[in-house]
Amino acid sequence: MPKFVFTLFTALTLMLAFSANSLFAVEITNVSYDPTREFYDEYNKAFQKYWQDKKKEEVTIIQSHGGSGKQARAVIEGNEADVVTLALAYDITAIAEAGLIKKDWQEKLPKNSSPYTSTIVFLVRKGNPKNLKDWGDLAKDGVGIITPNPKTSGGARWNYLAAWAWADKEYNHDRTKIIEYITKVFNNVLVLDNGARGSTNTFVQNGQGDVLLAWENEAFLTLKQEGDKYEIVTPPTSILAEPPVTVVDEVVDKRGTREIATEYLTFLYSDEGQRLAGKHFYRPSNPEILKEFGNQFVSTQLITIDNPLFDGWEKAQKEHFTDGAIFDQIYVKK
Amino acid sequence: MSVSKKVLPGFGLTMGLTMSYLSFIVLIPMFSLALEAAEVGWAGFWKAITDPRIIASYKVSFGCSFIAALINAIFGTIMAWVLTRYRFLGRRIIDGLIELPFALPTAVAGIALTALTVDKGWIGKPLAELGIAVAYTRVGIVVALTFITLPFVVRSVQPVLERLSPDYEEAGLVLGASKLKIFFKIVFPEIKPAVLTGFSLAFARGLGEYGSVIFIAGNKPLKTEIAPLMIVTRLEEFLYGQATAVALVMLTASFIIMFLINRLQIRSATFCEG
Repeated sequence: MPKFVFTLFTALTLMLAFSANSLFAVEITNVSYDPTREFYDEYNKAFQKYWQDKKKEEVTIIQSHGGSGKQARAVIEGNEADVVTLALAYDITAIAEAGLIKKDWQEKLPKNSSPYTSTIVFLVRKGNPKNLKDWGDLAKDGVGIITPNPKTSGGARWNYLAAWAWADKEYNHDRTKIIEYITKVFNNVLVLDNGARGSTNTFVQNGQGDVLLAWENEAFLTLKQEGDKYEIVTPPTSILAEPPVTVVDEVVDKRGTREIATEYLTFLYSDEGQRLAGKHFYRPSNPEILKEFGNQFVSTQLITIDNPLFDGWEKAQKEHFTDGAIFDQIYVKK
Repeated sequence: MSVSKKVLPGFGLTMGLTMSYLSFIVLIPMFSLALEAAEVGWAGFWKAITDPRIIASYKVSFGCSFIAALINAIFGTIMAWVLTRYRFLGRRIIDGLIELPFALPTAVAGIALTALTVDKGWIGKPLAELGIAVAYTRVGIVVALTFITLPFVVRSVQPVLERLSPDYEEAGLVLGASKLKIFFKIVFPEIKPAVLTGFSLAFARGLGEYGSVIFIAGNKPLKTEIAPLMIVTRLEEFLYGQATAVALVMLTASFIIMFLINRLQIRSATFCEG
């Protein structure tokens, strides 16, 4: 069967040609979540320059953005990401459970593998007409809240947990009272969009609600664009959102990109990377660099997800957000 | 009805192609869906599909799609009538506009319709003064679905009306039938199968629509959550089995409805011929 042999030969040559091609031009893919778009745009340029100076090698970085959970699923289902930079550790753990990332991923990079952090703030209309200062104010009658759905949005899970953390302290761990409070808050929610950008759109473009529960960086971005109409209220306590980053072991080993992918992530911890994160309204994890931003980031008491109150994402997810857990019970009384 | 008696050749080949095409495009994906859903077991399956929020979402999805398809069946037929029976300035442009909902990315449609119908929007504001809320209610869902599914009825009915010679209508008129009688006795029986096809296409499309609805629905649990959103929610929780279970229910229900409408259509078609 000469024809068959010929076809096989051509296919092999093509495959060789392609793999040879990838030897000369390094290419890595960063699968990230929605609000990091502007940050990674600029960061990638900085890293390309850094890599060129260091290794005399050109690198192409393919960026992908979307809802954090959706992105994690895409990676599990075969979207070849060299690195993932997602909204919450839970989503990366899901990839690890699928066997693509080693289980101990979060210990590989400093600070819980979170080079930058963020928190949840209130974006209110100019002058703060409803006088919303703290989480307790959200449960008042007549307050219209806009937040994405904790079931579909990573950011919204942080919103919910921040409110929970406040209530836990306020009501002295009284579970019934906490749930009562959370129920009141979610009864005040006017629109549950399925992603953070959707909620921003509902609050800003469509003028719905009195307060948007938002990532600090998203709130600053809105302020930058339409600063005269809104203001940010940073509540006295909030949650420390740690969007983690990691290398996808399975993919980098297959593609031979472990070195550059690791370097791409460690560069996030460099002074330059940290400054860029701060410039795009993420809180740099390096305290020295954080200081450079002066009063931009209001210091508040930030509770972490590993606090005994939540005891890590897996437990928090199970207790609050899975099917039939507390969040569902707010709407469907058991 | 034996195959060999057919005059047309090539039955074996075309039937074979039809079957393999259907298998690849429809049956194999369905089968894998069923397999995925089977993973959760009977008890899990039942629990997944009878959750109160899921049940509420079926009602929203089927109810709103049905109303939207009905609205389009009426207005789509009228539009098809105007476009085929009359010649007027701008007819071509209007004809082209009908396809717009297909060409537009659904998310864009959703965002635009929401901006229009919120209580501060152009259309929403006067309505809000009358006490009618559109965006973030079921009315909003119907609005989005009506927009998205508009072309189906118009495009199904148009060719039939074009082929239907006005001679019959004129004959009716000469014989002294009233205008209403002409429509219901002459025109409507002819276009009924096409209206039904358009209706069922619009209905099916409405059931599956996600992109535009999530922006306008407000997605309030038990009130304005649509079934496709519940499927996405389950996926987001990495509960693949439960997600496919809900999908399977939607599919089965749609299949039964489509099947019934098809039967109805065949009956009315044969009735016409006879």
